[in-house]
Amino acid sequence: MSTIKILTGNYAVAWGVKLSRVKVIAAYPITPQTTIVEKIAEFVENGEMDAKYLMVESEHSAMAATIGASATGVRAFTATSSQGLLYMHEMVWWASAARLPIVMAVVMRALAPPWSIWNEHTDLMDQRDTGWLITLAENNQEVLDSIIMSYRISEHEDVLLPSIVGLDAFILSHTLEPVEIPGQDLIDEFLPPRPPKPFTLNPENPITHGGIVTPEYYMEFRYLIEKGMENARRLIVEVAKEYKNITGRWHGDLVDEYKCSDAKILIIVAGATAGTCKEAVDVLREKGFNVGVLRLRYIRPFPSSIVRERVSSVKSVVIIDRSYSFGGGGIIGADVASSIYGSNGGPLIHDYIAGLGGRDIGVREVERIVEETVRAMESGEKGIKTLWFDLKREVLE
Amino acid sequence: MVRSEKRGVRIMPLRVMDLDKEEYVLPGNPSCPGCPASLGLRMLGKVLGPKTVLVIPASCSSIIQGVYPKSSIKLPLLNIAFAAAASTAAGIAAGFEAQGKSDINVVVWAGDGGTVDIGVQAISGAAERGDNIIYVCYDNEAYMNTGIQRSGATPFGAWTTTTWTGKKRWKKDMPSIVVAHKVPYVATASIGYIMDFAEKLRKASKYKGFKYIHLLAPCPVGWRFPPNKTIHIGRLAVRTGLWPLYEVEQGVFKLSPICMPLLKKENRIPVIEYLKLQGRFKHLREEDVRRIQEEVDELWDNIRRKLEDARC
Amino acid sequence: MHKIPITPIMKPSEGSMGSTGTWRIVKPVVQHDKCTYCLQCWLHCPESAIVRVDEERKIIIDYNYCKGCGICSDVCPVKAIIMVEE
Repeated sequence: MSTIKILTGNYAVAWGVKLSRVKVIAAYPITPQTTIVEKIAEFVENGEMDAKYLMVESEHSAMAATIGASATGVRAFTATSSQGLLYMHEMVWWASAARLPIVMAVVMRALAPPWSIWNEHTDLMDQRDTGWLITLAENNQEVLDSIIMSYRISEHEDVLLPSIVGLDAFILSHTLEPVEIPGQDLIDEFLPPRPPKPFTLNPENPITHGGIVTPEYYMEFRYLIEKGMENARRLIVEVAKEYKNITGRWHGDLVDEYKCSDAKILIIVAGATAGTCKEAVDVLREKGFNVGVLRLRYIRPFPSSIVRERVSSVKSVVIIDRSYSFGGGGIIGADVASSIYGSNGGPLIHDYIAGLGGRDIGVREVERIVEETVRAMESGEKGIKTLWFDLKREVLE
Repeated sequence: MVRSEKRGVRIMPLRVMDLDKEEYVLPGNPSCPGCPASLGLRMLGKVLGPKTVLVIPASCSSIIQGVYPKSSIKLPLLNIAFAAAASTAAGIAAGFEAQGKSDINVVVWAGDGGTVDIGVQAISGAAERGDNIIYVCYDNEAYMNTGIQRSGATPFGAWTTTTWTGKKRWKKDMPSIVVAHKVPYVATASIGYIMDFAEKLRKASKYKGFKYIHLLAPCPVGWRFPPNKTIHIGRLAVRTGLWPLYEVEQGVFKLSPICMPLLKKENRIPVIEYLKLQGRFKHLREEDVRRIQEEVDELWDNIRRKLEDARC
Repeated sequence: MHKIPITPIMKPSEGSMGSTGTWRIVKPVVQHDKCTYCLQCWLHCPESAIVRVDEERKIIIDYNYCKGCGICSDVCPVKAIIMVEE
């Protein structure tokens, strides 16, 4: 039986974690994430959640403990924000390369100095290269639903990558909204116990994880993370549909579109600001502006092909970036620009991924790269393409 | 086997003959000849047995375990970032507990850098929380894996590649820092007295909560002595009084039996006999040696006082 | 060619660094007539390269892997292991 409660975004996270039957939580307090971990602590202490809660001494340890727990095969969770997220950054990388299906809530907050506890997305964007699936919610209902869907996607054997659910500081984290809490039986069916993958620490099978890998194989392990990301594009869509079937709710899949079909002006945005943009669209349309909103529900994997398709049918694009890469520009702006590159001319770009983990790049390799690109150009290839150079296909399944 | 009174755990002494014949550190691994870390880990496997999960942060043991796809360690092993060993182990222990698996030893095997320097925050957190893990620091008194740089565990006077004229500060007393967390079991050990280390591991495994063993691990490469002398140097460190072997069981300090005679100064070998065998100390002046000797004598005065106080 | 798993999982195996016996400069040789089978050499071998044969009260050095550190010889209380040049 589902019920409706008036919840803050942070409490919606806690409810999502409870419904997902998470077994180990490790977290350290930081404003504005604190009420997530307070609520979970309450659930655990009053016996509503059958879980172990480690109140660790730092975010670095929070992610480390979450990794440790996940490596034993249980479902694990943490939550953080801002400075805390940056402090755990080293371990964020560790979790994804270990392919552990952890879910983390990130309450997106500005970075210091100067001290600011208020909202922006830079802390989250700093994780965009780490190999985590990254989704940003528009409202508190989506927060709860995304936590549950994230476990389902992350634990799928074709994905096996951790997920971040981002929610805007205060705008969602501390704002009350009505949230429908699905019945536990419904979620138990949707989210069965976690399969023991990709490995578990088990005395019956004494494996070593994460020791030294020479240049012979390192690059292929990195490529497999990218494969997981690619597979996630499909799973995100499938899981969103399935979730809609059982709950009736649809928040979008990789993207969430609002009045895009006839739009001549497209607003591209992520997170809670999208709600504001949708209201603005209604006002603007009354004024005669043909505007639509393309909300990026996921920024990793980046919905490149959808962005390219939507952008190609409009006359102008507005991107609202709540983050910045100093010396580079707006972060979503750069991703959007690279997605649409080549759709109206420009030279062929081959983006070679080469030399990871110490694999040699010699003069002969550079020659081959150039020759390959010239051949592609001569055969009429256009746009931008990412190529993994000299990948050992024979060692991949 | 565990007795809750203040006297602590009593177990039958272990005999060499009874040790597990199974090897958990497999031969043909990349450790240097005479490596104390390899030997210590080998003993750890024999004592704690197959129901043991290891967590290893960046250290020489990241190398000793071999190169993908082969591992020289026959225990489940999770490699983890330098600062994260104790907290990762805490998470593993919590994961097992959540699944009702109570018979698995979760053990951190970390070097001195990963323990007394970069790892200290996570250790302090796990110790304060009482996470159910055994933390073993194998202390080779410098960052050996990266090329013999000074650590907080490097002793006074020692040459390293970042202290060319000898370290000017004293070795950090990590076991005492852990004792201050009021954990059930803390012990010091030396690779020179490996059966004593074995007993302490066994005892640590009988307690629930955070257990800490600090194992002195003389490194032939970094300390500049021939590889056949690892055990000999490890024994001299103890018999000169530089590295006292003791346990703090539920808050009660106990000098290990091997060290009882050392309470009398005349039974302690002068520190020069230890220092002169190691290239890392060859630049020491007479006054440096005297300072080290004075420091050792003072340390033992303190140990005697501590034992007398306990008796009162 | 070896197929890689999804994440770097390594399996326990002897000789993860190959036949490390080739590193040896000096070689321990057991003089069995002197050996009392006290197992101090086995106990202190950092390489797990000494095999116990309890039934025969005999130790065997695995020269395929022994790196020749000489600890066994140094700790032998009856000097039953001598180190000889390779």
